[in-house]
Amino acid sequence: MPAFFVDLNLDQIVNAITRGKEEYNLRPYFHSPLKNVDAILYCHEVMRDLEEKMLFERVKLFARRMREMRDHLVRAKKFHYPHQRESWFLDAVELYCGAVQSFSEDLDQADLDSRGLSALRDFARRYVQSDAFTSLVAETGSLKHDLATVQYCLLIKSGAISVRRYDSETDYRAEVEATFEKFKQAAAKDYSVKFSSSEEMNHVEAQVLDRVAELYPDVFLHLGAYCGSRTGYLDETIATFDREIQFYVSYLEFIVELKHQGLDFCYPKVTDSSKEVYDFDCFDLALAHKLYVEGSQVVCNDFHLAGNERIIVVSGPNQGGKTTFARAFGQLHYLASLGCPVPGRKAQLFLFDRLFTHFEKAETVQNGRGKLQDDLLRFHEILNAATSRSVIVMNEIFSSTTLRDALFLGKRIMKKIMDLDILCVCVTFIDELSSLSEKTVSMVSTIVPEDPALRTYKVVRKQADGLAYALSIAEKYRLTSERLGERLRQ
Amino acid sequence: MKAFLLYKDRDFAPERTLAPNATDLIQDLHLNVLFDTMAKGDKFTLDVSRKVVLSSLRDPQAILYRQDIIKDCLKNPPIIMKIYALALESLECEKKLSWAIFSRYPSSILGGSISVLEAFVELLKRLRSLAEEHSRAFQSEGFRQFFRMLMAELSDSYIAGVKYHLRQLRFRGGVLISAELGKGSQGTRYVLRKPRAVKKGFIQQVFSKKPPVYTFNIPDRDEIGAKALSELRDRGINHAANAVAQSKDHILSFFQMLRTELAFYLGCMNLHARLVEIAAHVHFSVPAGLEVRRHTFTGLYDVCLALSEGRSVVENDLSADNRNLIVITGANQGGKSTFLRGIGVAQLMMQSGMFVGASEFSSNVCDGIFSHYKREEDVTMESGKLDEELKRMSAIVDKVTPNSLLLLNESFASTNEREGSEVARQVICTLLDAGIKVFFVTHLHKFAQDSFERRMSETIFLRAERNADGERTFKILEGEPLQTSFGEDLYRSIFGATH
Repeated sequence: MPAFFVDLNLDQIVNAITRGKEEYNLRPYFHSPLKNVDAILYCHEVMRDLEEKMLFERVKLFARRMREMRDHLVRAKKFHYPHQRESWFLDAVELYCGAVQSFSEDLDQADLDSRGLSALRDFARRYVQSDAFTSLVAETGSLKHDLATVQYCLLIKSGAISVRRYDSETDYRAEVEATFEKFKQAAAKDYSVKFSSSEEMNHVEAQVLDRVAELYPDVFLHLGAYCGSRTGYLDETIATFDREIQFYVSYLEFIVELKHQGLDFCYPKVTDSSKEVYDFDCFDLALAHKLYVEGSQVVCNDFHLAGNERIIVVSGPNQGGKTTFARAFGQLHYLASLGCPVPGRKAQLFLFDRLFTHFEKAETVQNGRGKLQDDLLRFHEILNAATSRSVIVMNEIFSSTTLRDALFLGKRIMKKIMDLDILCVCVTFIDELSSLSEKTVSMVSTIVPEDPALRTYKVVRKQADGLAYALSIAEKYRLTSERLGERLRQ
Repeated sequence: MKAFLLYKDRDFAPERTLAPNATDLIQDLHLNVLFDTMAKGDKFTLDVSRKVVLSSLRDPQAILYRQDIIKDCLKNPPIIMKIYALALESLECEKKLSWAIFSRYPSSILGGSISVLEAFVELLKRLRSLAEEHSRAFQSEGFRQFFRMLMAELSDSYIAGVKYHLRQLRFRGGVLISAELGKGSQGTRYVLRKPRAVKKGFIQQVFSKKPPVYTFNIPDRDEIGAKALSELRDRGINHAANAVAQSKDHILSFFQMLRTELAFYLGCMNLHARLVEIAAHVHFSVPAGLEVRRHTFTGLYDVCLALSEGRSVVENDLSADNRNLIVITGANQGGKSTFLRGIGVAQLMMQSGMFVGASEFSSNVCDGIFSHYKREEDVTMESGKLDEELKRMSAIVDKVTPNSLLLLNESFASTNEREGSEVARQVICTLLDAGIKVFFVTHLHKFAQDSFERRMSETIFLRAERNADGERTFKILEGEPLQTSFGEDLYRSIFGATH
């Protein structure tokens, strides 16, 4: 897991996306950002094709069938009696054949624009028509048919069971019902007993099945041979697709519920040539998901860095959404680098070579260093590794020292970042950092003046002025000079 | 097979048809006296009588169907008692034998059901014998049809067939079950099969090629195997056991229904005997249709009052055909409430198919019978009282239908006369316009006077009779409303003339 995952709450996002899909082992996909624009466009194409509702449902149906197939194989291994294991294996292959056949038809009917799915369609078409596949389908079908025609009779008398073929004996229940028909009143109580069904056979059932196999030797010999020869039935390309497509499916499923809430997602223009970045109505995806679960909705924000602007300096009242804004900036860039649609109405984002975060860490006694020293060491590492194509998200830097120190250190760090021409978001209480040069842009978290306790979580582009907030809190507690004066005069 | 003794073409389904205003009717008309007499101490008869009386019939033909059955019952009490006892016996033996049926094992369910059915077959045979022996003593369509049905359906050959199957279902030759292969080649779709009769001759059997049969035994020590075997057997007989148990239930419910329906007639027999004992006369009335307006009778008395007094009581006559509103005014304690109760009780009895307490009685059937009585016990503040009674009135209005009968006793009296009269006018005129027949006992002189002037043609006015010396006869006679209600009389009779 990349180092910045926890700071940006990307771990929460990936956990939520991959929940229930552990069998696909999707995490590696989410941990591997793409390195060129074309790879991202390739993903966008697949995502856009999948967003066609019909195709999306078909892909999910295919996945369900494949999952059921795997489930069958697992159980086939678990069972004790050979005939039973063979039957479960047969059903697994039948599920596989059905899943591939109908998915190939679905792809044929779909209107595909993506390179990825078009190639798959061509592959599937060839595969379904191949001798290997058609003979698999034919043999599987004939075995299923033969098994379905097996009918036998049991005669149970005290401790003995006789097994023989069924010989058109009539249904005795129907005769009993007919006898008492004339007494039939309105709806009657159901006395039939519900037997608990277990996939495990008991040894009596197994012995019966052995005798049935003797009654129908051809069918069961064929089944045994089939299981020996068909173990490698699963095509490797199909299996790979089944796993990889879940990366797209899981992400699209994850964002669809937020879309229903009215939140926007878009395919960002991802560039490695321009450092103009913007996103309108964007939000922190982890927070949006958490609030969705709790039944409320996240607040959206805009940002736009144009021309020489590179650094967003976020200041303003605490609990006003500053950190959330900074996280969102980092998340957006990371999600864009995976080839995913991102939160927001319209976005252009930069394809970074590396993404760094510097979030305040709780003081660690073990390493024997002071907090300030620790902060600076981490900065040092980051700035050594960063290039002009990196993205940095900094949160609450130097809050553990005096304002004078913080101002001094902050300016130094900022200068290095500016020199490297790095895209950066910096959350700070130091207003001065917001107007260091033409590269910095000031954004401020806002409050409702009448009720400062009310949070808007809106972060807007505006000159930093810590005063307005302090004054309104003072007003609230009747501590402004006027109010306090009145109180003191009383 | 259905008894059909309460309805010509359907079972009695009490929960469905209980009159909406039942609780009020029981209270206002003192119906419990009637039910208790019918029940004669038997809870079941009480319950059935109450439900039948309160589920009024609306079709005159259906009423006559029951009346004929009652006449047959009154002629043949011993036979009715025998049939009733037989029905009771069936219920008893089911109770005794059916404990096994509440099991989780189809074999127990089947075994228990067979035992009960074997007992039922004997009882059905006896029921048929009763029918064969006595059918000539009965004239009613209901009983004749019932007896005919028993004789036709329960022939000797049918009973022999039932007995044969009950023996077969004991599976002395083992259980034959067919099966197919389900998921994982596990056996499924177990169906009980009828073994083929061996038809071929001995020589043919020896020389014909036999299909292979593989047999294996469950060792005695193998308890798990024995359990698995019996489950396999149970799966096979499950549906057949269900069918047999349901057949047992069906026959049981036939007996239950027979018992229920006869219970009402036992109630009628009890009531009749009691009324004869106290020398009160009864009359089988010919009901008029729903759309007709008829209320004409002679010698009508309140059956409930007669029963609780244990003697014959005051009788009244009325000729109120083609009237929708019957306003009863007059002296306090003059018999108005008793008169109104008599109307209600007679209507309910007639519409349940019973005789009524009168020398002659004829009225149209009503779609619903409702009562709205002043509730003395609800004395709170005056405004609260009006609120309470209008709430009840509103509840009645929710349920009332055209061609219903509404009995009002001192309604709208919990406010002053002017207001009460105005409310009464608005309510009652609207009810009349909706085709509802109203009997209204009232002291609201203004209302009475207004109605007298305005709705002459559809209204009849009755007055509690008073002799010249102020003495009450408890007779209700035709007469226009008078201004005073003779409270003075009452005062004097209690406090003495001179005070």
